[in-house]
Order: sequence, then C-alpha cells, then structure tokens
Amino acid sequence: MTIAERPPVADPELLELWEDAPGIPGFLSTVDHKRIGLRYIYTCFFFFFAAGLMALVMRAQLATPEAELLGPQTYNEMFTMHGTMMIFLFNTPVLAGFGNYLIPLMLGTRDMAFPRMNAFSYWVFLLGGLLMFSSFFVGTMPDGGWFGSTPLVGKTYSPGLNVDFWGLGIVFTGLSTTVGSINFIVTIFKLRAPGMSLNRMPIFVWSMLVFSFMAILAVPAVTLATGLNELDRLFGTSFFVPALGGSVLLYQHLFWFWGHPEVYILFVPATGMVSQIIPVFSRRPLAGYFWVAGSLVTVGFISFGVWVHHMFATGLPAVAMAFFSGVSLIITLPSGIQFFAWIATMWKGTVRLTTAMLFAIGFLLIFLLGGITGVMVAVLPFDWQVTDSYFIVAHLHYVLNGAVVFPIFGALYYWLPKMTGRMLSEKLGKLSFWVMFVGFNITFFPMHILGFLGMPRRVYTYDNGLGWGGLNAMVSIGSAIFGLGTAITLFNWIRSRRRGDPAGDDPWEADSLEWSTTSPPPDYNFAAIPLVASRHPLWDQRPLPFAESGEEPETRGLGIDGAFERETPVTSGIDTRPEGNLEIPQETYLPFVLALGLTVLFLGLLVHAVVVGVIGVAMAVMAMLWWTWRTEEDLAPPEPDAKPPKNEVAGSREPV
Amino acid sequence: MTRRTWAAIGLVLAIGLVACGQDPPSMLDSRAPEARSVERVWWLMFALAAAVYVVVAGFIVMAIVRGRRGASRPAREREPKDDTFIWYGGIVAPVVILAVLAVVTIRTTQDLRRAEQGELRIEVTAKRWWWDVRYPDAGVATASEIHIPVGRPVDFVLTSDNVVHSFWVPQLAGKVDTIPGQTNHLRLTATEAGTYRGMCAEYCGIQHAYMSYVVIVEEPVDFERWMARRTAGAGLSPGSEEAARGQVVFNREACAGCHAVKGTPATGTIGPDLSDFGGRQSIGSLAVPNNRANLARWITEPARIKPGNLMPPTALSAEDLAAVIAYLEGLR
Repeated sequence: MTIAERPPVADPELLELWEDAPGIPGFLSTVDHKRIGLRYIYTCFFFFFAAGLMALVMRAQLATPEAELLGPQTYNEMFTMHGTMMIFLFNTPVLAGFGNYLIPLMLGTRDMAFPRMNAFSYWVFLLGGLLMFSSFFVGTMPDGGWFGSTPLVGKTYSPGLNVDFWGLGIVFTGLSTTVGSINFIVTIFKLRAPGMSLNRMPIFVWSMLVFSFMAILAVPAVTLATGLNELDRLFGTSFFVPALGGSVLLYQHLFWFWGHPEVYILFVPATGMVSQIIPVFSRRPLAGYFWVAGSLVTVGFISFGVWVHHMFATGLPAVAMAFFSGVSLIITLPSGIQFFAWIATMWKGTVRLTTAMLFAIGFLLIFLLGGITGVMVAVLPFDWQVTDSYFIVAHLHYVLNGAVVFPIFGALYYWLPKMTGRMLSEKLGKLSFWVMFVGFNITFFPMHILGFLGMPRRVYTYDNGLGWGGLNAMVSIGSAIFGLGTAITLFNWIRSRRRGDPAGDDPWEADSLEWSTTSPPPDYNFAAIPLVASRHPLWDQRPLPFAESGEEPETRGLGIDGAFERETPVTSGIDTRPEGNLEIPQETYLPFVLALGLTVLFLGLLVHAVVVGVIGVAMAVMAMLWWTWRTEEDLAPPEPDAKPPKNEVAGSREPV
Repeated sequence: MTRRTWAAIGLVLAIGLVACGQDPPSMLDSRAPEARSVERVWWLMFALAAAVYVVVAGFIVMAIVRGRRGASRPAREREPKDDTFIWYGGIVAPVVILAVLAVVTIRTTQDLRRAEQGELRIEVTAKRWWWDVRYPDAGVATASEIHIPVGRPVDFVLTSDNVVHSFWVPQLAGKVDTIPGQTNHLRLTATEAGTYRGMCAEYCGIQHAYMSYVVIVEEPVDFERWMARRTAGAGLSPGSEEAARGQVVFNREACAGCHAVKGTPATGTIGPDLSDFGGRQSIGSLAVPNNRANLARWITEPARIKPGNLMPPTALSAEDLAAVIAYLEGLR
C-alpha cells in the first residue's frame, strides 16, 4: 500500500460513473447505500409521526373519565397500530437506516457488501409497511395489540382481515430486517478500510454488528409465531387453538423469544449513537472502549435469556420464573458499565452542550429511570402486581421512547448535516429538546403512579370516581407538549433543507471516517480509501492518509483506480489485510420487482385470491432467476473508453 | 433542570395524594398478606431506586459541570482513572444492589401462594367480558362478584374458555392470567373485610375496559349467611305477583337460553348466572350500578351501555319488561 499525497474527493468523471440515472428510473433502481439509508430515515419518520398522532388521539380520549371521543373498537385499533408502527415501522428500520447510511462511511468503503440486497430490504420494508398502514384506509386496522396474543388473534375471535394485515406485515418487515442484518455483518467484517482492526471500529459499528446478529437469531421466532398463526387463520391449522390441542403459551414463548431481544435490538444501536456523540462533544475518546464494546456483545447474549419475564403472570413454575428473574437482574450490569463509561467521558472531557449532546444527556437521565424500573419489574412478586398495568406503559416508554427516540433525535442533529450538507438550527434544536424533555416526563412519569392506582393498560376509558382522572389529564397535557417538541424538530429539519447553513466536511470536529469526506458524500464515498492507524483517525492522523492503487490485484481497489472500476476493496476480517475487490453492481430494477412480487403474494394471501398469489410468486421467482443469471452482465467492467488513460486522470484527481 | 424535574415529581405526588381521596384500587393500599409483602418490597426498592437515581444523576450533572469547565479546570486536580468509574459505578455498586434484590425476590416469592389446609375452592372462568364464579363444594354459582370470608385461605382456580384474560385485585394480590386449556391457581387469605375492585389486566378484545369485578371480603358469619341463601336458591319463590309473572316471561323469552337461575327451568350457561342478581352491585361487570333504570336499558339496548358486548338486545313490551325487572331485582 502506498500513500496518496492529497485525498481526492469529488472527481467529475467518477461522479458520472457512479451517478444514478435521473428521475424515476434512478429512484426505483438505485443501489447506493446513502440514498437507501436516507429513504429509510424519511419513511420511518413518516410512520413515526403517523403513530405519534394516533397516540395523541388516544390521549385525548383518556384525558377525562368516561369520554366518548373514540369507541372501544377504534381505540383498540389505535393502540395496536401505535405500538406496531413504532416498533416495526419506526424504531427497528430507522436504526437500519442510520446504519445503512453511516456504516460504509465509518468503515471507509464505497458501498455495502450487497448493494442490491440492500435496495431489496428497503423495498420490502416500504411495501410491507404501506400495506399494513393501508388497513387504515380499508377500515380494517389490526386490533389485537402489538404482540397479538393468541387465541385473541386467532380466526375465532378475530375473523376479519385486521389481524392478517398485522401478521403478514410483521413477516415482511422481519424479512427486511434479516436481509439487512446479513448485509451489515458481511460489510462490517469484510469491507473495513485497511488498518481498521476490530478494536478500532467506532462503537456505533459495534452496536450495529450486535444488532444484526441479534436480529438474525431472534427474528425467525417472531416470523414463526405470526407465520404459524397465519397458517391457523388462513389454512385451518391449529398450532395455537386450544380447543384443538394447540398451545397458547407456545405462541407467547415464540413471540417473546424475539420480543425481548428486540428491546435490545432497538436499544443497543441507540447506545451506539450515544457513544459516538458524547465523546465528540466531550473532546476526548470514549472512556473504557473495551468495556463498552464488550457490554454490547454481552447484552446481545444475555438478552436471549430473559424472555420469560414477559410471562410472569402465566402460571409457569416458580423455580423457572426465579431463574428468569435472576437473569433479568443481571442484564442490568452491562448497561451500568456503559453508563459510567459515558459519565467518565464527560467528567474528564471538555463538554460542549450542542443539541445532539443535550439529547444524549436527556437520554442518560431518562434511561436511568427506565433502567431502574426495569430492575424493579424483574423482581418476580413485584411484577405480578405491575405487569399489564400503566406502570409497564411508563417503563416501556421510558426505555423505547426515552432511551431510543432521544438518541435517534440526537443522531438527527449530529448526522443530518453529513447527509444533507446543511446544518440544523441549534436554536430550534435546543428548544425542541427542552420541550420534548419536559413533555416526556410530564407524560410518562405519572403513568407509574397510575399503575400503582390499579389502572390496567389498554383500556379505552375508565370510570369516574376511581381517582385516575387527574393524573390522566396531566399525562394527556404532557403528550401534547412532547408532540409539539417533535414537531419543532420536524420544522427545523424541513427548514434546514433550504435555509440551513452549509455544513462543511466536519462541522463537529469529530473523530470517525464519515467526517473525512464531503457533506453530502459523493456517490462513491471515497475516491481513495483512507488508511487507518488509530481508533480516532480524524483526531490522531492529521492529515488523514489515503491509499494509492497498487499493482497487485489485492491493492488495486484501494486507490482511485478502484473507484474507476466501480470496485471497493475487500479486507480480511480481523486485521484488515487487503484481499481483493468487490464489484459494486450497477443500478437495477430487480430488487424492486422482487419486493413487488412478494407484496403481490401478500395481497393474494390477504384477499384469499390464489391467482393473485400465484402472480406474486411468479414475479418473485422471475426476479430471483434474472438476478442470478444477469449478475455477470451487471458486473461487467464499464466500456474501455469510460476509463480515461491514467496520465490524464492525474489532473482530475484534485479535490473539487 | 434538576430543579424542574423535582418540581414535576412533587406535582405528580401532590396529584397522586389528591387522587387517593377518591379511593382507587391501589396496590399501595394493601389489604391482604400478598399485596402487603409486595408493598414492602416496593418501598424497599423505592428507597434504593431514589438513592441510585440521585447519586447517578448527581454524577451526570457533576460530569457535565466539570466538563463544561473543560480546559480551565485546575491542571493539578487529581482525576480518577476511567476504569475506576466503571469498576465502582458500573460493577461493584450494581452487583451489591442486585444481590439484595435477588435475595428479596426469592424469599418473598417462597412465602406467597402456598397451598394450605381447609382452603375454600372457588372456580373462576374468564368470559368475554365478565367472570363466571363457582363454589364447587356448595354448588353455588354467581358472576363478577366474588364473596370470600375473612381469615380462611382461598384457592382461586382460574381458567378461560375463550381468550387470555388476567385476574387482578391489586389490594389483595398480584395478577394471574386465565389461559384457555390451562388451569392456574391464586392462593390468598384475606385479612380485612371490605369490597375490593378487580380488573381484567390482559387485553382481551373490544370490552377489555369493562371487565371488572369485585371481591367482597366478609366476616365468616356474613359469608355463611350469603352462602346459605345461595344454596337454597332464591328463584324458587318470586316475592310478588309481578315477579312471578316476570319469571314466566324470563323463561319464555330468550333470557333463559343464556342465563341460569338456580331452582328454575332457566339453565343457560352462555351468559352470567343470575341466581343472586338482585343482590349484586352492578350490571355488565361493573359497567353501571345495578338499579331498575339501568337494568331496563341493559335488557333493551345492552350495546348502548357496553358497546360490543355479546348480549343481544331483547324487545319486550313495557309490561313484560317491568315484570322481568321485578323478578330479577327480587333474586337476592
């Protein structure tokens, strides 16, 4: 490997080579991880605000006792869709979206390992999500709760299409998550820039690696649970029908075997974001890097041993429950370690209270309480009292809203400038944070007390005279404040597109590689691949060295020649020795067609139309076969005249 | 900001105290041994949690304050090592606290829900959306109102013949799910007479919200008296002529197809047993108080009171309706 003197950044000829076709064709056929990542983020936030509005409508209903704004059916649909959308259509995929955009940039590579699969996972998510959401317009919204316990979601008690929209939607988004996770793992192990050994990866990359392994191992359980339930519903099997010998608890085991790891699937990348943000705004490396990375991996393992704490009231043997109670206590430890790593980082650093940092600190204060109540509900006899009460609603929102959404908002303020090239307003950002933080606590803190006062979750109204009215009114006011806070960020985001200050390459003086390229990055990310010699390349390596193409096939892709070949270098998994090159495929409609085929199959299952289902399968099979056979053609090197002779390139390598 | 948080917490507590005046079914107002021992666990955990929150939030705030001073901190100030924070804050302190909680969990759990001699067995089957209650030893049935005596151990035998529900009386004990195809037990001994509200805690469909019930804990004498009346069967001798006519209407119309009244030809099992209907506090599992006006509305338009409930509306002439009401209210 030789070192280039100046980092080539934006080369017009390279741009032309990597650019997508303009307009709709490029939109449908792109395989660029940055476009896909941004799309994920936009789509997810659409679902976030839709599900948030549903929450506000529910809170309006619950603000006063015996209100009649919503009937029981509508209310039940609302809370089902609120939970389902937040978990399946916002939290999980938005983290995948950030991962998609950031991981190749953080690793110093030109795209994901499987760019077409990447496009596919987005299209499946979008179409599956839209189909689930379309139930809103058809008037058959899912109404079985987001974890849809059987036999309530069986055919007998939910004869309509409502639950089918939900079940099939979950199978689809699960497919998207699995495909995306495989892509992350291969990308992280095989496409890191030379020198970025495992112990130099940014913590966010570690967190997405853990996210991916957990998703791959956990998602099959939920796919099985909802899939078997759909078999019961559509084809008359009886896996979960007690009258015919099926088991109700089997469903719960399967669902929560995914469900609890899922909490950590959401939480781990959120802490990964915090571990990026806090050190940058403390002007020092993260304290205890090994501790933090180790904690993430440990959480990944332990989280598979706690699912029964969702089932403490189901009458399982006490000895078994005591075991899960113990493990649920132990899983606190890795989080405690991370907590004090963040505290030590700020303690010995130089703190700048930017909006992103405020959201990270807000996360600390909220997650601290959510973690504490998490320990409490691990205590078996206490859980018997509070499970399925508003105490749990409070706890789960402190964890999934406070400890996941706050870091995601922080991540928006931190990384959107990289993605759009425009800064968000710090003034509006700080306002948004404070409104959200105050609103959040007014909303969710009183819910703990409501749980003590005996209010069960998921009731559409409650009697006057139970003493729940005052706190519920307060909760509803808080939720409006919280909603306003999120709206300020939405406004800030839209405003920044036109009126935001230009971001420059590295507005935060950060340490990781995504800040070494332009904002937004060129289509090929890095004309030449950075050579990493530190955990904090942008802090320790000034100026950051970039590779030059060598003569051997292994090192050819490192420099600008690789970019001209639409290649990105492949390195060895542990020590990042250059091993070869990965061709980045051209734009293609195949992922879209395959996803569309599966969606048509979904529709066929939904309306019980065999013909539609067969058409869907045919489309999907055709797309897969085409995909396999056309690979050679898609990967063929560009026409010889597309690559100018080497001596002419020299002039155009200058940064633009 | 911490001041603001504390102000918010204070406000919440103030509202919470006001709410207590309205007598909510609070698990922190425990009236039986299981609820009481959980309440003790809660106050222990609350003390620990408050201490942990204050200390850790204090660290966070101090870290920010020190970090804000940044480079202007006195250079010779001794800084603890990064690992020191992690060892003490992230490992040692949590391990100690978790060990305490683990011991508390196991000891508390061991003491609760033990089988005892001379238990009163009560079979509770969750329906959509009411509770079927049977005393198998006495052959007595009722619905959504459970009478138990003070001081005698009770074994609630819990199941469901439809979807999953959950049996929860916060002032007496924690909850136990009722699961179709499975029988669960909740064992407790009530120590204080009173009427305690119970609720379905597991989402079970359209009327999950109005699937409440009461557990009426009585002195043994009162309980025995109640039980004796139930065993005799009130339906045999309607108190008035109108009530007698009501019984005829009741058995002639659709009513008897779903409802049972002990000692009469009405033996339906789809709806709640009405043998002691006149003595019950509410209609529709605590949906509305039990009085003549509500009962009339309930019979003619049940969905107006409890939307989505499974009782069909029954069209009766005004005369028949009054008779049926007189009959039902007389079943005491």
